[in-house]
Amino acid sequence: MARSKELVPGVGRFSRSQVAAKRGLFKGLKKSEKPAATESPATIEKSVGGDKNGGKRLIPTSKAPRFYPAEDVRLPKKSRKSPKPAGLRTSITPGTVLILLAGRFRGKRVVFLKQLESGLLLVTGPFKVNGVPLRRVNQAYVIATTTKLELDGLKVDDKINDAYFAKAATKGPRSAEAEFFEGGKPKPKEAFPESKSADQKEIDKAIISSVKKTENLAKYLKASWGLSKGQFPHQLVF
Amino acid sequence: MSSSDSTFKRFVEVGRVVLLKSGPFSGKIAVIAEIIDHNRAVIDGPTTGVTRQSYPYKHLTLTPLTLTKLPRGAGSGVIKKHLEKEATVEKWDKSSWAQKRAATEKRRSLNDFGRFGVMLAKKARRDVVRKSVFKTKKSA
Repeated sequence: MARSKELVPGVGRFSRSQVAAKRGLFKGLKKSEKPAATESPATIEKSVGGDKNGGKRLIPTSKAPRFYPAEDVRLPKKSRKSPKPAGLRTSITPGTVLILLAGRFRGKRVVFLKQLESGLLLVTGPFKVNGVPLRRVNQAYVIATTTKLELDGLKVDDKINDAYFAKAATKGPRSAEAEFFEGGKPKPKEAFPESKSADQKEIDKAIISSVKKTENLAKYLKASWGLSKGQFPHQLVF
Repeated sequence: MSSSDSTFKRFVEVGRVVLLKSGPFSGKIAVIAEIIDHNRAVIDGPTTGVTRQSYPYKHLTLTPLTLTKLPRGAGSGVIKKHLEKEATVEKWDKSSWAQKRAATEKRRSLNDFGRFGVMLAKKARRDVVRKSVFKTKKSA
């Protein structure tokens, strides 16, 4: 309640939403680095005039408060609960063909590989078949089909985890101008890291070989899913 | 039953084969064993898995098939004998009505990949038709 001065112990001047607006977190977390705090000593020595004052005195740099609240204010109990990652739907097993319903690749049919620690699903197109790379998706935005691929020989490397997909953090303040332009010209696109494309190829190799075993399966994965006239998702069998 | 002086062809009558439209037996056929009143009849399907029960006409459809010599109020055994003698179930299964129903049922039970396969097959058929039409037009 730093911005909201206490009127009475436990009651601030501003409402919760007013404080939230003042904090301005909707603008995003501050990215600029704080100036290093200079350590100030707890007390400083000052010379004092007068004969009987001993000449010098230790004075605390921060004054003790003049007033203390007369009554103790009960602090709200801190919640120690945190959400657990969602369990995997039983209809989704490694090799299941999923239909993506949201995001850039909505409507695409992809192959499920494994569930990551955060509860998100690791999927791949395979990239060579339909252009969907190794990607994390929320299982809420996915239809699980009954079509399954044999993924016996596939071992997904443990390095492909949630951190693998994290964006590299950028330090310091950056303007939108500096992000996209350099010297008045648009920045050239950064190349896709070779190690990641190698990972993609290695995983896809095993999947594509099992896709080839079934007729039309590659075509199926390449095609997009959609509803046509008279089709209702709750009446369809997937 | 004098059906000769009516323009209707299917009647609610003892021995009429009916198709059930609702309830746990929906989609199956049965035979009218006895007429209760103008709302309900006793139906029975000993060879189609339908238990003997009263059934509202609202929820059944009359088929063109009948058991011609079924006596009124016949029990399950007698109905079974008549059904087997007249091969009614086979006749029903061969009818285009039953076959169409089976086809829709099959389509409906297909999964996403199955539907995709149907789509490809239809595409291939269209292609063949289109090409042969073009050929015959050109030669004519």
